[in-house]
Amino acid sequence: MTTERPIEIQCRLFARYAEVVGTDRATLHLPPTATVADAVRELRERLPGGRALPERPLVAVNQAHARSTQPLTDGDELALLPPLAGG
Amino acid sequence: MPCCHHLREVEIPYLTRNPIDPAVLLAEVSGPGRGGTTLFVGSVRQSPEDGPVVEIDYTAYEPMAEAEFERILREASDRWPEARIAARHRLGVVPLGEASVVVAAAAPHRGQSFDACRWVIEEVKRRLPVWKRERLADGAEQWSDNAGARHPTGPRSSGS
Repeated sequence: MTTERPIEIQCRLFARYAEVVGTDRATLHLPPTATVADAVRELRERLPGGRALPERPLVAVNQAHARSTQPLTDGDELALLPPLAGG
Repeated sequence: MPCCHHLREVEIPYLTRNPIDPAVLLAEVSGPGRGGTTLFVGSVRQSPEDGPVVEIDYTAYEPMAEAEFERILREASDRWPEARIAARHRLGVVPLGEASVVVAAAAPHRGQSFDACRWVIEEVKRRLPVWKRERLADGAEQWSDNAGARHPTGPRSSGS
């Protein structure tokens, strides 16, 4: 059995979420089996003020809306989207 | 990743920092076989819920917003194959009364053009990764979303 290398996920935060944690970017290293929900959990634990982010925010992976169960792969861009306000 | 409008011959971004001219969108969708055209213009407004808004600063996850606009218009094109649809959303500071979003839909008959235009603006409001920071007459600022929630703003973040 080979040792699975962690995957790297580039995270982006927008609008009020960026204000809450004081940054609009973060990089995560996660197990290869990680899902969107795992990444969100990690962000809430690791970022200063991350607990103020919702447990199940609206998310996008690689610039498309995604579910919390979606598996992540190395190099993915994960975005946490505050409630939308277009129009 | 799609970034622009591939349904037209010329690629024009859906997002703009300049005032939106509805006449430009009407021209984009016009055609000899399309006898019914619907134009929707959404403007910055005041309301009892939001208060005396004087301007809104719109930000977006821009590459995703372009891609999502493209997906919405492709889906609309599948639903109304005979329609031609144009759309723009403004970013940056938009003063009270100016348009923040415009959708134009032209089709052979009015029913299709009304339906397509309505569907596109509803999907834009539901799916486009855009946020608004409202500035009120007393200088206070608040985040406001399409579900009706409002939050006071914190320090401005460095990113866009």
